[in-house]
Amino acid sequence: MNDTFILNSKETGFKPGQMILDAARNGGIEIPTLCYLKGASPTGSCRICLVEVKGARSLMAACSTPVSPGMEVFTDTDLVHRARKMNVELLLASGRHNCLMCEANGNCRLQDLAYFYKITQLRFKEKDEKDIYPTEDQNPFIVRDFSRCILCGRCVQACNDLVVNRAISQGYRGAKSKIVTGGDRPYDESECVFCGQCVEVCPVGALTEKKAKGLGRPWETKKIRTTCPYCGVGCQQWLHVHDGKIAKITAVEDAHPNQGRLCVKGRFAYDFIYSAERLKTPLIRETNGEFREASWDEALNLVAKKFKEIIKKDGPDAIAGVSCARSINEDSYQMQKLFRAAIGTNNIDHCART
Amino acid sequence: MILVIGSNMTEAHPVAATFVKDAAVGGAQLIVVDPRRTDLVDFAQLHVQIQVGSDVALINGVMNVLISENLYDKDYVDSCTMGFDELKKKVLEYPPERAAEISGVSADTIRNLARRLAAVKPAMLMYTLGITEHICGVNNVMSCANLQMLLGNVGFECGGVNPLRGQNNVQGACDMGALPNVFPGYQKVDNPQAQEKFMKAWKVKSLPNKPGMMMPTMMEGLTTGKIKAFYVFGENLANTEPDIHHVEHCLESAEFLVCQDIFPTETTRFAHVILPAAAWSENDGTFTSSERRVNRVRTVSQPPGEAKPNWWIFKEIAKRMGHKWKSDSAEEIWDNEVSVLAPALAGIKYARLENDGIQWPAPSEDHPGTATLHKDGCFTCGLGVLKPIDWIPPAEVPDQEYPMVLSTGRRLYHYHTRTQTGRCQGINELLSEETADISAADAESKGIADGEMISVKSRRGEVTVKARVTSQVPQGLVWMAFHFREACANWLTNPVYDPITQTAEYKACAVRIDKLK
Repeated sequence: MNDTFILNSKETGFKPGQMILDAARNGGIEIPTLCYLKGASPTGSCRICLVEVKGARSLMAACSTPVSPGMEVFTDTDLVHRARKMNVELLLASGRHNCLMCEANGNCRLQDLAYFYKITQLRFKEKDEKDIYPTEDQNPFIVRDFSRCILCGRCVQACNDLVVNRAISQGYRGAKSKIVTGGDRPYDESECVFCGQCVEVCPVGALTEKKAKGLGRPWETKKIRTTCPYCGVGCQQWLHVHDGKIAKITAVEDAHPNQGRLCVKGRFAYDFIYSAERLKTPLIRETNGEFREASWDEALNLVAKKFKEIIKKDGPDAIAGVSCARSINEDSYQMQKLFRAAIGTNNIDHCART
Repeated sequence: MILVIGSNMTEAHPVAATFVKDAAVGGAQLIVVDPRRTDLVDFAQLHVQIQVGSDVALINGVMNVLISENLYDKDYVDSCTMGFDELKKKVLEYPPERAAEISGVSADTIRNLARRLAAVKPAMLMYTLGITEHICGVNNVMSCANLQMLLGNVGFECGGVNPLRGQNNVQGACDMGALPNVFPGYQKVDNPQAQEKFMKAWKVKSLPNKPGMMMPTMMEGLTTGKIKAFYVFGENLANTEPDIHHVEHCLESAEFLVCQDIFPTETTRFAHVILPAAAWSENDGTFTSSERRVNRVRTVSQPPGEAKPNWWIFKEIAKRMGHKWKSDSAEEIWDNEVSVLAPALAGIKYARLENDGIQWPAPSEDHPGTATLHKDGCFTCGLGVLKPIDWIPPAEVPDQEYPMVLSTGRRLYHYHTRTQTGRCQGINELLSEETADISAADAESKGIADGEMISVKSRRGEVTVKARVTSQVPQGLVWMAFHFREACANWLTNPVYDPITQTAEYKACAVRIDKLK
């Protein structure tokens, strides 16, 4: 088997069918990308991953060019960098990429590339304001700012190839190109189910979380890994936390079981914890039926006293309890322990079978 | 190949559904068995649109074909299972024509389904509450198991009988022994060795040795006076249980009701004491997912006001009843008690849960966890038991007065009684009210327009609700959820239960729909 190729003058292994991008990554050479999306078929649309292939007529997109045995690939030549830099300059002119006012500032692949290539001024004329589609945000969760969209198509691939919700696609042609929902309707009137996978994969600031606006910039937030509190799938989440508050939630990539995916509840339904309606003190019902605030000692003493009275009078089996399938394991453990060891009954259940 | 039965996965388990859709788009066969044309049907090669509550008859019909056409996995059945002869005798009473009559699925489709299932190996069966929320829920589950064992599909990756769990930690609450018949780790309360072990661990002289009551019996006990005190932790029973009028009567009857929750709910109205608890991101702890994966939950902020972690509250009550418990954090509870006492969890410690969780059984700390149970058909209990099962109809079937079937479930944007999602900015904009989903044929015959307010009435109650005319629902069926209080399906549902699990028949009762006068 001759499964090697020459990567930057070094013999490197590859698997048959592997693209240059993946083979290079395995060989320790990182090639920058914008449109490449793991798990979806490569589109080769952004032209940032261009590499030189000996004998080829032009530079090749590493994400969509399969390696062949003995192929000579160069990722770090002048020609490669000039081409990549020019593509970045063209993308910077494709809209209005004003980082100061962008939610993605500090978490933007285009910004990273502009910085890497030391671009300090625009080489091409920016797209005219009047040629940019108005921002689409007629929905509670997702903002699509077309002035920042580089038409890489990652959102379209995530929607169609990963989560298969099939809500958005590439629309129109040429300079009028635009990512659209079916019939180019607003998101809340479309097939969109607001899983936010498009936002998750957007490499720039075109797609952002509406609820996260102003709550913390990437370098201010701390990421805390946790498990989603909704259904039983157990999706792994990053909570982006600023000043002790969740600014937004993203999925943990490559984690079991969700592999970087979330649904509308997992991504957007977290702020119940900050509701003003939360219970904040123990409450005891008075004989007139009204609740009054009580201290923990008073409330807990009352519960223990009533339980002891009932146990004495009617036996422990006159007390029953249901635990919570939403709360942590340790809480359910403690509750059944309370019932069995302290009260003395097996009358403990929860909504397990519904 | 994936067989999805009684699961509206794209709404109730959206992320799991993305992987099923990926597989279907990638070429795997997908078969959806459901009375409704759920969104997943768009990706299916075959939609088997059964009548509500006919699962056993359909599966018996399919097994009849598998056996009479000799399509089942004979080697697997011979070496890994027992009870084949009894099963055979029973399913031979269900030729496709009889199964067709009961299930409303044509005999040809039943044959087609059986032949498709026999042609691909392994095939994965996934089910949700469409299987369990019937008076024959246990039989439905066992029928799924019968089918998969007959096909030789249990014990393999991408095979098996896979229930999708509804709540984030319903698996864990079971594992922890929040069940009337088992200690943590499914050790039976009437087993003397288990008794002794837990008495020693919990430093008590005795433990109750008879299984306790299940939830519906507890609630009934409130009305008869058998149960005096009821402790409800994080459940909104007044909305989630069938027949709300009756449920509220039960709650009202409690001599002493303690509610421990994060919000005031319809249930806490009946409480004598309400204890404020820490929520999801205010706790360190663990959840256990559908696939038995123990995952970490981490603290972001402190609970509001004086709210406290639930484990602390239980510990404090125990202290006031004369029991001093040592563990003083979720981590200590898990590492020093749970994983010490439950053999299947012995290898799971907080230190091992930093990244992806671990799937139990993980009996020792060097054990990587177990992804597939009953590996290669070697059942934990020895041989897989094939059980002959007869079909029974739902407890309440349509008649002249109540001519339609009501079936209930969940919708994408809300979670259960909206205690949480109803308080999240934006979610209510996407779904702001309940609807009664009906077919165009029924709408037309009643002169009901899409979006019109109608009456849905059962023997237990009546709601006024917006009609949603949709091709998802077949003629004769009304479909509703229980997210919104006013038009909650549980004003209508039937409080009848599976005799073994006491799971209520949320999926079938008789109703009538009428235009408002």
